Amino acid sequence: MTPLTLRAKRRRSALVTLGFLAPWIIGFSVFFAYPLISTVYFSFMHYDGFRPPTWNGTRNWSYVFTQYPFFWPALRNTMWLVLVMVTTRVVFGLGIGLLITKIKTGTGLFRTAFYLPYLAPPVAATMAFAFLLNPGTGPVNHLLGDIGLPQPGWFNDPSWSKPALTLLALWGIGDLMVIFMAALLDVPKEQYEAAELDGAGPWQRFRFVTLPNISPIVMFAVVTGVIQTMQYYTQPIVAGKVASGIIGNAGQQFEPGYPEKSTLTLPQLVYNLGFQRFDTGSACVIALILFALAMAFTALLMRRRGGLIQAGD
Amino acid sequence: MSRLTRLCSFVAAAASISLLAGACTGQSGGQADDDPTKDVTVNFWHAWSQPNELKAINSDIAAFEKVHPNIHVHVVPNVNDDKINQALRTGGSDSPDVVSSFTTDNVGKFCSSGALADLGPLLKKSGIDPAKTFPKPMLDYTAYQGTRCTLPLLGDAYGLYYNKDAFKAAGISAPPRTMSEFKADAVKLTRSQGDSYAQLGFMPDFHGYESTPAHYVAQWSPTYFDAQGRSQTAKDPAFTKMFAFQKDLVNSLGGFTKLEKYRNTFGDEFGAKNPFHTGQVAMATDGEWRLGMARDAGVKFPIGVAPMPVPDDQANTYGKGYITGTIVGVAAHSAKQNAAWELVKFLTTDTNAVVDFSNAIHNVPSTLDALKSPKLVSDPNFKTFLDIAQNPNSNTTPASPNGGQYQVTLQDFAYSYEAGKATDLPTGLRGVDQQVDRDIAQTK
Repeated sequence: MTPLTLRAKRRRSALVTLGFLAPWIIGFSVFFAYPLISTVYFSFMHYDGFRPPTWNGTRNWSYVFTQYPFFWPALRNTMWLVLVMVTTRVVFGLGIGLLITKIKTGTGLFRTAFYLPYLAPPVAATMAFAFLLNPGTGPVNHLLGDIGLPQPGWFNDPSWSKPALTLLALWGIGDLMVIFMAALLDVPKEQYEAAELDGAGPWQRFRFVTLPNISPIVMFAVVTGVIQTMQYYTQPIVAGKVASGIIGNAGQQFEPGYPEKSTLTLPQLVYNLGFQRFDTGSACVIALILFALAMAFTALLMRRRGGLIQAGD
Repeated sequence: MSRLTRLCSFVAAAASISLLAGACTGQSGGQADDDPTKDVTVNFWHAWSQPNELKAINSDIAAFEKVHPNIHVHVVPNVNDDKINQALRTGGSDSPDVVSSFTTDNVGKFCSSGALADLGPLLKKSGIDPAKTFPKPMLDYTAYQGTRCTLPLLGDAYGLYYNKDAFKAAGISAPPRTMSEFKADAVKLTRSQGDSYAQLGFMPDFHGYESTPAHYVAQWSPTYFDAQGRSQTAKDPAFTKMFAFQKDLVNSLGGFTKLEKYRNTFGDEFGAKNPFHTGQVAMATDGEWRLGMARDAGVKFPIGVAPMPVPDDQANTYGKGYITGTIVGVAAHSAKQNAAWELVKFLTTDTNAVVDFSNAIHNVPSTLDALKSPKLVSDPNFKTFLDIAQNPNSNTTPASPNGGQYQVTLQDFAYSYEAGKATDLPTGLRGVDQQVDRDIAQTK
């Protein structure tokens, strides 16, 4: 074979490979690389969407970090939700999954009952919760009052608003329940039998048989939970609007993160700055911070995973 | 790196990027020299959504199409400002040529960014003198730093609603005219019940629906910005006096904690269970639309309406109030600006169109001729709002290049101050000014 023929063959082979990769390359470039590069670019520009962008140096960055009063509360809230809401959702989802797999009768009914809330649209679900948890007129506080328990302010109290959002997230646990249930049913029964013969109790069986077997699923649930929470937007903004009763009008601005910025999250700031205040540059700064945080959390979890779980995936 | 690690990292990156993609794109538009006598379709986006409102605006548009048979109007109803903002940014054949918005807060943003076309030359070409056509307060809130990019299309005025039965029971013969009378009446009308209220005279908290800092301070005739456009809430005594009054009123009516607890029992502001409808509060500040809402909710007691009281040292300005309204403008990127202007001109300056629209949706007419029109249906309560709208001392929140952000900053401080979390008023207001200036500088 002459070198020319060999080169032509290689070129053809490379083109075929490129052809097969093309859909991914196009998708990656259009939906990942271009937005990422644009975001970095616009974070250094002054751009309102109407006039051409102009160089702004690091002004957007310094504005967000040192002058924008909503950034730090939103970051704190987002971190709180990542740590508390994600953890409780994973633990609760796993608990419900364990419970459902142990039930002998009415399994279908319970599976449906726990899964159904997940299908509720987030806006409708949040509004329903805001009415149920209304401190003055909601049935939950009436019930708590009737049995002599304290009646929290829920979405109207800055110290209770995030726990109320967590409750809402636990109510819609159906997605995690299903994947945990599938993982639990996949654990080989022989391993439980061997552990029992070795005298392992329920906790030891869970710790040394169940957990190592489902560890990849737990990791998946945590990582996707972190990512979803980083993008948490609809529920807090709807809860804040319904609880405050303020739609927003001239001279009557909706309080971001009502009450007292306690439900403010970073995606709300991206929307507010980028789409309502026409400050695309600062919105891009916050979007990049979100991106960096999501990547950092994922990397950290991936690194910690080896130490936590003995079994391989 | 394992496959799972790579997958998770990719999912994380892709999910974050999808959020960024939406925030960071857009383009600007151009100008037009279209012929408005040719056959053309104009896209009109507006926010009205209720059946009576849609019927009224569609009727106005039908009247316009009768006068201009070559201009067809394609209407997109129930559009909020966020959608309008994006449509004005992106342009395109389906984007709006004419937009209307319920809030005046975005006028500064629309004018300074060039999102809406300057209507000054079009008004001149049509021989319309804005000063002789529209009430002055309405002219003020539809322009920004000399650029008139919007016109008023009906207005809203705020006044004091009161329960006449509650007034009678408390021995009050007339609505309060000054702030000290207002406080005295609010106290008289308040009846405690345990750690709550059987009836509250007035909900003074800044979260009490319309009792916002901006609506309160309008009675003190504030000047938010100095000639250089710098925030001056600390310098203008109107703000200090307003905060002092509100604090005193809160304390006189039972204190912030008790009032907030009571506020949490209120129904929806725009629903039948509004606290004024239910008798939970005996007085409320609200716009003229409350008249129709109260009627629709089947309120049993007779309702009285008056201008909001004024500070004791400004008693001669009684009759003023906070005003705002719907605005309408032409998209800067529209290729049919001249045809679009014909529609805007008709909707905002044709006396019959304005009066018919006002009669149908019970808003305040926005032209001087319409306000005097014999066709205007006006009962004594509605007339109160017509008078407030025309009062030369009535005022509104000024336009700003970043919309209502300065109001958010002021409100934010107000919430802390009324809750006792911020105690130093002068320092707090100086902080408001600094933050407002920083936010505006960031926009420029």
